[in-house]
Amino acid sequence: MDKHVLLIEDEPNIIEAIRFILSRDGWRVECHSDGQSAMEAVRKKMPHVVILDVMLPNRSGYDILSDMRADGATKDLPVLMLTARGQTKDREMAERLGVSKFMTKPFSNAEVLKTMRELVDA
Amino acid sequence: MSFNILIAVCLAYVVVLFLVAFVAEKRASEGRLGWLRSPLIYTLSLSIYCTAWTFYGAVGYATRSGLEFLTIYLGPTLVVVGWWLLLRKLVRIGRQFRITSIADLVSSRYGKSNTLGVVVTLLAVVGSTPYIALQLQSVSLSFSVFANEAPVGVHLADINTTALWVAAGLALFTVLFGTRNLDANERHHGVVTAIAVEAVVKLIALVAVGVFVVWGVAGGPADIMDRIQQSPNAAWDPNLGRWISLTFLSGAAFLCLPRMFQVLVVENADERHLATASWAFPLYLLLMSLFVLPIAVVGIGMMPTGANPDLFVLTIPLALDQNALALLAFLGGFSSATSMVIVAAIALSTMVSNHIVMPLWLQANGTGASMSGDVRKVVLIARRTSIAGVLALGYAYLRISGGGASLAAIGLISFAGVAQILPAMMGGIFWRGATRTGALLGLVVGFAIWAYTIFLPSFGGASLLPDHIMAQGPFGIGWLRPQGLFGTYGLDPVVHAVFWSIFLNSCAFFVGSVLTFPAPMERLQGAQFVNIFDHSKGAQGWTRSMAETEDLLVMAQRILGPKQAQALFRTVAQEQGKAGYLPDPEPVFLERLERELTGSVGAATAHAMVEQIVGGASVSVKDLMAVADETAQIMEYSSQLEAKSEEVARAARQLREANDKLTELSVQKDGFLSQISHELRTPMTSIRAFSEILRENDGMTDPERRRYSGIIHDETVRLTRLLDDLLDLSVLENGQIDLTLAHVSIDGMLDRALLSGKPHEASDTLRVTRVSSRPNVVVRTDADRLTQVFINLISNVYKYCDATRPELTLRISDIGDDIAIDFVDNGTGIRGRDQAVLFEKFSRLGDEKAAGGAGLGLAICREIMGRLGGTIAYLPGQGGAAFRVTLPVDATGTQNPPDLKHS
Repeated sequence: MDKHVLLIEDEPNIIEAIRFILSRDGWRVECHSDGQSAMEAVRKKMPHVVILDVMLPNRSGYDILSDMRADGATKDLPVLMLTARGQTKDREMAERLGVSKFMTKPFSNAEVLKTMRELVDA
Repeated sequence: MSFNILIAVCLAYVVVLFLVAFVAEKRASEGRLGWLRSPLIYTLSLSIYCTAWTFYGAVGYATRSGLEFLTIYLGPTLVVVGWWLLLRKLVRIGRQFRITSIADLVSSRYGKSNTLGVVVTLLAVVGSTPYIALQLQSVSLSFSVFANEAPVGVHLADINTTALWVAAGLALFTVLFGTRNLDANERHHGVVTAIAVEAVVKLIALVAVGVFVVWGVAGGPADIMDRIQQSPNAAWDPNLGRWISLTFLSGAAFLCLPRMFQVLVVENADERHLATASWAFPLYLLLMSLFVLPIAVVGIGMMPTGANPDLFVLTIPLALDQNALALLAFLGGFSSATSMVIVAAIALSTMVSNHIVMPLWLQANGTGASMSGDVRKVVLIARRTSIAGVLALGYAYLRISGGGASLAAIGLISFAGVAQILPAMMGGIFWRGATRTGALLGLVVGFAIWAYTIFLPSFGGASLLPDHIMAQGPFGIGWLRPQGLFGTYGLDPVVHAVFWSIFLNSCAFFVGSVLTFPAPMERLQGAQFVNIFDHSKGAQGWTRSMAETEDLLVMAQRILGPKQAQALFRTVAQEQGKAGYLPDPEPVFLERLERELTGSVGAATAHAMVEQIVGGASVSVKDLMAVADETAQIMEYSSQLEAKSEEVARAARQLREANDKLTELSVQKDGFLSQISHELRTPMTSIRAFSEILRENDGMTDPERRRYSGIIHDETVRLTRLLDDLLDLSVLENGQIDLTLAHVSIDGMLDRALLSGKPHEASDTLRVTRVSSRPNVVVRTDADRLTQVFINLISNVYKYCDATRPELTLRISDIGDDIAIDFVDNGTGIRGRDQAVLFEKFSRLGDEKAAGGAGLGLAICREIMGRLGGTIAYLPGQGGAAFRVTLPVDATGTQNPPDLKHS
């Protein structure tokens, strides 16, 4: 089965790390680094899972999540939010907006893999 | 001694009294008061407390109940000795408010309620009637003693005829001297002088009999003491309940008996007389009581069994043929009885005519009547009729009750009756919360219980209460029996009646007062009565209308405030065509004033206040002022509250502002912290991710492994640099850096910066052009810090200049006193909106991750330039990105930053 993930992230080293981990697990990884056009990319690619950063150029991850949940086509897409902002209020904000999973950076590779499997199985 | 001689002496005595009264009245009317105003006369006039009851009855009392008769002297003694507490206030109130009777006092206190006046009057009349009857009886009895020359076997018919004659005679005297004038102060100098003479006569008579008994009959004081010791009368076995009740009762009666109020308060010419009376009157009472027990003991020993002990004072001298002494004793008793009856009749008639007859007459003849001669005649007729009526009532009581009860018992019934006025009176002058309803309730309840428990039963065999009620209570309800209320059987009837009547009276008075609100008039009067000593006499002597307006102005100022009041008065005066600020109190003006006042104190109070001043009525201006002061105080208090609440609001506003500022700072700090957190976590994320990859994936190619190790290395360097920058910034911001000042060359520092600012991996592609109008310029500054700024700017060119062939132009020039160093590249420059945030922390613009900066460089540069006394700014309009650094330079070519010495 072709597991397809869209990684919305602007930090090159992190993109490279995640791509490496998920590819080895059989995921097809596509990337997008700009906030403004991220929603468009999601609608176009329609992946199984979206990994979303919060601090993105031009448009925040929260706004993108909120747009996804408001859009009929993307409202049920599993979203793993992966962010360096680990405060309680950030997690609450993400949950209010309808995030599927919330993980803080730095993350454990194994945990990311496990979460991704859960998300695609659900 | 022949009865005729007795009659002659008696008439002669009466003539003397008439003469004394006449002379005193004449002197008073001529204004030659002199000794009439002496405190001695006042004290002696108080002796009408000692009536025939005291004169004859005390001996009988002592014969029956031993020393208990002393309680009758104890009560008044306590009241007079404690005059400062109570009597002084009563007298002050009486004089200030021109009180004419105790009914007037109570009525005035409770807002001039005539209902209360009527109730008190009725109570006083009913309560005094048995007492007057007692006096008539005693005089008649003493007459009959002489008539028959025998202490026993007195015929009732004789007594009644004599009593009738005595009553008529007393009525005549009282009418003549008690209703001669209608002065507002109701003082009767003639009567008072006459009763003072009588007081002396009765004292001399009783002391004379006493001396005769002690030294003439017995063998001197020692013998008397022996006899007393052996008699049962000396048994010191006080019934505490009775002693307390009787002492209280006599004290209360001393204050509340209409005749006592008359001499104590109404006839008082000078408050200071009370001070004299406070010791002289107890002394008088002591002398009056000194020989009571000796006479009683000797009487019991020598008189035949069945002899009336109430007449021992008379019968002992007669039995021993001491006719002159007996005559003196008779005159003493006669004096006691007549003085009491006269004053009581005056007091009662004043009350009856003022509170019952006159209101009725005025109602019948319209209220418009003024004090014309016609009305004066009506008042006089009313008084005289009342006097006759009072004496007729006394006589009627004597006939109905049959004169059987002992003197003392009748006296106590009267005492208990008038004592019902005490709660309303005391409450009225000491408690501002007392109200008309409370007073009325108390009086009615007390009066009813008194009548039921002791007055009606006193009629004995001819009782108005049937026997079965006495025995079983009304309708067979046991606990309502007149002498066993609420199951309190076995109590002495007097104690029982006093306790229940006064207790329930006080309760009703208190509860009624607490539950009702006083009318404005009551409030005013209450305040004045209770605070009588707070007011001093105001100035007088203006013409009436002027005084009224002046008073109105003073009052209005206190309520409206001086400015507003004066403006109002001046305006009205001008409208009336008058100069100054005192308009005539015309109705239009008064209405307007009332309206103005209404806003502050309410309509009713405003009306009452204006009415009271202009109506010239019962309330003095001073007292209105007191009320106005209270209002003003309340208003001042509320305006203070207002000021306070403004203060509080101001403080709250400041607090809110401070809080906003703190919140803003806190938000900034939170933002900064989360920025730092983000900046630290990002490289750590890469480091951790690649470390795990390297650890867990064995089958990696060497290039992969090298590449990932390289990323970890770079991210570690980035992390270290970020921490360095943060520390640097924090030190700079806190002003904790030490500057090392020296004279250094700008060109030299630029050379160093160009070398250091070049990244290791960068090829030598940056072309640098140096333009200087100040070659070899030297400034005094911290070379390392300034170089740090230059390096930062130069490395930014390496990082961000997007031209294919990057060029940097360095320009050194003078701008005023400053030296300026410009860094201009040939890139696309920085957008206008980004220029504004360029120097903020973490303000990396666009995609610059590759550059590896944390966005703190320019923020650090700005802090450093601030420390060095210079500036750093973006220089727009230069084509590419351009920054200008300035440093102050003094005349000697060295810059001199202002705060260097403190750094």
